Amino acid sequence: MSDRLNVLKTYKLYVGGKFPRSESGRVYEVTTATSAAGAAGKGKWLANAPLASRKDARDAVVAARKAFGPWSGATAYNRGQILYRVAEMLEGRKEQFVREVAEAEGLSKSKAAVQVDAAIDRWVWYAGWTDKIAQVVGGGNPVAGPFFNLSTPEPTGVVVVLAPQESSFLGLVSVVAPVIATGNTAIVVTSEKSPLPALSLGEVLATSDLPGGVVNVLSGRTAEIATPLAAHQDVNAIDLAGADDVLAKELEIAAADNLKRVLRPQPVDYAETPGIERMTAFLETKTVWHPTGSLGASGSSY
Amino acid sequence: MASVFEYAPAPESRSVVDIAPSYGLFIDGEFTEAADGKVFKSISPSTEEVLSEVAQAGAEDVDRAVKAARKAFEKWSALPGSERAKYLFRIARIIQERSRELAVLETLDNGKPIKETRDTDLPLVAAHFFYYAGWADKLDHAGFGANPRPLGVAGQVIPWNFPLLMLAWKIAPALATGNTVVLKPAETTPLSALFFADICRQAGLPKGVVNILPGYGDAGAALVAHEDVNKVAFTGSTAVGKEIARTIAGTRKKLTLELGGKGANIVFDDAPIDQAVEGIVTGIFFNQGQVCCAGSRLLVQESIQDELLESLKRRLSTLRLGDPLDKNTDIGAINSAEQLARITALTEQGEAEGAERWSPACELPSSGYWFAPTLFTNVTQAHTIARDEIFGPVLSVLSFRTPDEAVAKANNSQYGLSAGIWTEKGSRILAVANKLRAGVVWSNTFNKFDPTSPFGGYKESGFGREGGRHGLEAYLDV
Amino acid sequence: MPTTAPAAHALGDVTASDSTLRRFLHGLPGVDTVGLEARAASLGTRSIKTTAKAYAIDLAISMVDLTTLEGADTPGKVRALGAKAVHPDPTDRTTPTAAAVCVYPDMVATAKEAVAGSGVKVASVATAFPAGRAALDVKLADVRDAVAAGADEVDMVIDRGAFLAGNYMKVYDEIVAVKETCGTSARLKVIFETGELSTYDNIRRASWLGMLAGADFIKTSTGKVAVNATPANTLLMLEAVRDFRAQTGVQVGVKPAGGIRTSKDAIKFLVLVNETAGEDWLDNHWFRFGASSLLNDLLMQRQKLATGRYSGPDYVTVD
Repeated sequence: MSDRLNVLKTYKLYVGGKFPRSESGRVYEVTTATSAAGAAGKGKWLANAPLASRKDARDAVVAARKAFGPWSGATAYNRGQILYRVAEMLEGRKEQFVREVAEAEGLSKSKAAVQVDAAIDRWVWYAGWTDKIAQVVGGGNPVAGPFFNLSTPEPTGVVVVLAPQESSFLGLVSVVAPVIATGNTAIVVTSEKSPLPALSLGEVLATSDLPGGVVNVLSGRTAEIATPLAAHQDVNAIDLAGADDVLAKELEIAAADNLKRVLRPQPVDYAETPGIERMTAFLETKTVWHPTGSLGASGSSY
Repeated sequence: MASVFEYAPAPESRSVVDIAPSYGLFIDGEFTEAADGKVFKSISPSTEEVLSEVAQAGAEDVDRAVKAARKAFEKWSALPGSERAKYLFRIARIIQERSRELAVLETLDNGKPIKETRDTDLPLVAAHFFYYAGWADKLDHAGFGANPRPLGVAGQVIPWNFPLLMLAWKIAPALATGNTVVLKPAETTPLSALFFADICRQAGLPKGVVNILPGYGDAGAALVAHEDVNKVAFTGSTAVGKEIARTIAGTRKKLTLELGGKGANIVFDDAPIDQAVEGIVTGIFFNQGQVCCAGSRLLVQESIQDELLESLKRRLSTLRLGDPLDKNTDIGAINSAEQLARITALTEQGEAEGAERWSPACELPSSGYWFAPTLFTNVTQAHTIARDEIFGPVLSVLSFRTPDEAVAKANNSQYGLSAGIWTEKGSRILAVANKLRAGVVWSNTFNKFDPTSPFGGYKESGFGREGGRHGLEAYLDV
Repeated sequence: MPTTAPAAHALGDVTASDSTLRRFLHGLPGVDTVGLEARAASLGTRSIKTTAKAYAIDLAISMVDLTTLEGADTPGKVRALGAKAVHPDPTDRTTPTAAAVCVYPDMVATAKEAVAGSGVKVASVATAFPAGRAALDVKLADVRDAVAAGADEVDMVIDRGAFLAGNYMKVYDEIVAVKETCGTSARLKVIFETGELSTYDNIRRASWLGMLAGADFIKTSTGKVAVNATPANTLLMLEAVRDFRAQTGVQVGVKPAGGIRTSKDAIKFLVLVNETAGEDWLDNHWFRFGASSLLNDLLMQRQKLATGRYSGPDYVTVD
């Protein structure tokens, strides 16, 4: 092995199904995790990650908005197939992700493998949800009148996801998959210090039949990227999982400008089987009424 | 319109309601004065007559009420659900018993026709309590996991357009799930909430479970910001909704918002035309158009525009505007001088921007706040009256050529609360309903409400749902 | 046989053939059942009091087609009915007369005699009433008899079988033929038997079919089936005559028949007329009630308004 020089990967953003460098042309150094403090720059150099700018964020919103119509309009079965395909693709590249997660989070190979396995299984879990969530949270309403009345969940739209800072891959998958399972499109801001598994996930998504723009991956300074996204008028919701309390509050205030749906940061054990809360947080309920009436004209009396 | 068949006045008797000259705040089961002794007057918008003088809550009163609600929370949330249910059933029944009185009161204080308070508001109020009463002991089965917990103290701020109904939408699910509440009714319509306080006493509801604080925006702001409030529910303007969202940012308070709208009522050329005309009228003139889900934008297919407008104008000429207590009144008073000024300003802007204005011949009473049913034609998406919520009896008419265009125009709004579809073609209803970004879609009907039916908006019309099983979520720790 | 009635001209060639007629009738706007019934119910909540009520009661009395259509009808019964129509309330001569008495063709002459000089019209049912199941010749003979006996108005039934089978042209031709037989001396009321047409869409189509064929009145029912006049089907027919006049300039009357028994109900129908077709129809030339027991209730209400006390059945005449 050692007599051959490795080919290193240039990590790129994933926006609109393409892999651009940051519009800013800037990168930042990503290193291995070294200690609990995890101070950047102290570990071994791994790669230069793109330092996404507000313009990259803007481009990602355009891509996500463009993808929203077709993705939300795809059949739930189709979305399920694609999410399952993501799991299949990941399974084939497991080794790579185990290495990346181990390096990113300072884990042993075996502990990293547990994370990656769980992340793959999480895709499978959400793949199965796509065509069931509507039956669980929607349904007919027995109104007191001659009306058919049905409530169905619909995706909120373009969702910004601040991926968890610590759990660079399992945490990431755990917050992205539920958002897109229901038909939303996502702009994911990766873990700031451990962006590489997320950027590699973009490569997997690109080869999993997932239409371009459904998931857009941005690496860089979380606060720098998230601030314009939280204020963006064409973003419908934001998951603040990766924001600290101070940033979360600022972003929540900015999000109020167009009344984004906000999922506040909360302690989550990503090893646990999730509930449906991360899906319902980004679902709207639409209720449709229609008269039923009687078969004939004899129903009326006075 | 003078007719050979002129309906004689048919006023509902005012004597069924006894309004006291003054009312206090309702805190911890007692009526009490405001800490600073402030009062304000509630007037009847149809006559400008002073109905009563009401204590005006301030920040200190808010604190007192939240403390009372907090104190009551422990026992109330620990009660078996079946016991909470029975309190709510009692309340529902007492509302039914007193519905005539409450309808007249609401009409006096709000200005809306007795026909509406009697046939719509009050039956829905009672039904809402009845519906959520039944949930109180069934929360384990509501789909939120076993033994879902209440949030604590709910701070609720409601508008003046459906004073008692909005109270019911807020209080019934909150109590059923084991929360206690502090509710601030709107400053122009405090009376029915104070009568509701009396109903709570009649029902034997434990002290502090429901607290009512009449007051202005400052009291609402204090309530929303109070650090011991766990849940904020607001119905009102989008601007205030955004302010509330900013206020509670960074806290653990759960928030639901029911805000403004600019509902598109889409009429296709194969619509059941007479029913569509009725739906348009109901859509925008129900409650003088002071309805967040009003169908304030009529989108009519160009091929039937002239015919439809002719029918609509003929129909508008039969609307009866006047004394809200008259059982034959269709259009009552605008709720306040302030609201009237807003409607007037926006309609003037509509004219200034070149839209064509039409109203039926319609004599307005000399006192009180009135606005004739108004139609604007030649309106485009660019007009202010096609974009801004007017919250009055003003309909903007736009046309479209194809279903795609109809959907695009309907969705081209910062709001997303309601929409209407009129067509006899079933597949088109489903296709269009599917594409509309609105929380409530009425097809071949409009402005229908039911306690079992979730209600709420997309986009800047707010978030969270009221009504139905969905409505429980806003008050549970899930 | 002529195939075009005067009104049809304004609508071009819709009655040119079976297919054009079908296309026209099926191209009429649909009716949403729930919305229609809700509108009728909503107008039913109008509160008509004091002076308005007095006006409405007198108007309703003047619109009654006092009807007896029994196998057991005798000259005596018909004479009594005629007397009642002329003097509904013998104790109060300010009471308006009824609009007409409505009888079988063989009773027309008797009825004419009974109401002679009063202005009360005589209407006769015809065309094999109530089933309408007979050959056209027989139906026309029925009409000729009635007209010859002096009927001012003919209440024909349509061939519901033909209508439901989609033979609109057959129904149309029959109405045209009957209209021609009525000539200028009798106004033609066309009964659809709405209870048998079953759907509101059908009632709207039948209304337009009848008006195109020259009906002077469109009428809900015979009173012989389970569902007769309802606020909803009458509202729908009022919409039809309103729209027909807007398109053709021809005004057609409406007659709900069967099942209207109380003043309260009658007033609800007048509210429907007032707020749908408009005041041009608030006249017994354009609106009628086909009823028998209704008149006594109207009279009792009229007495109540005049005296302030509730009346009783012994204070109105039983005929």
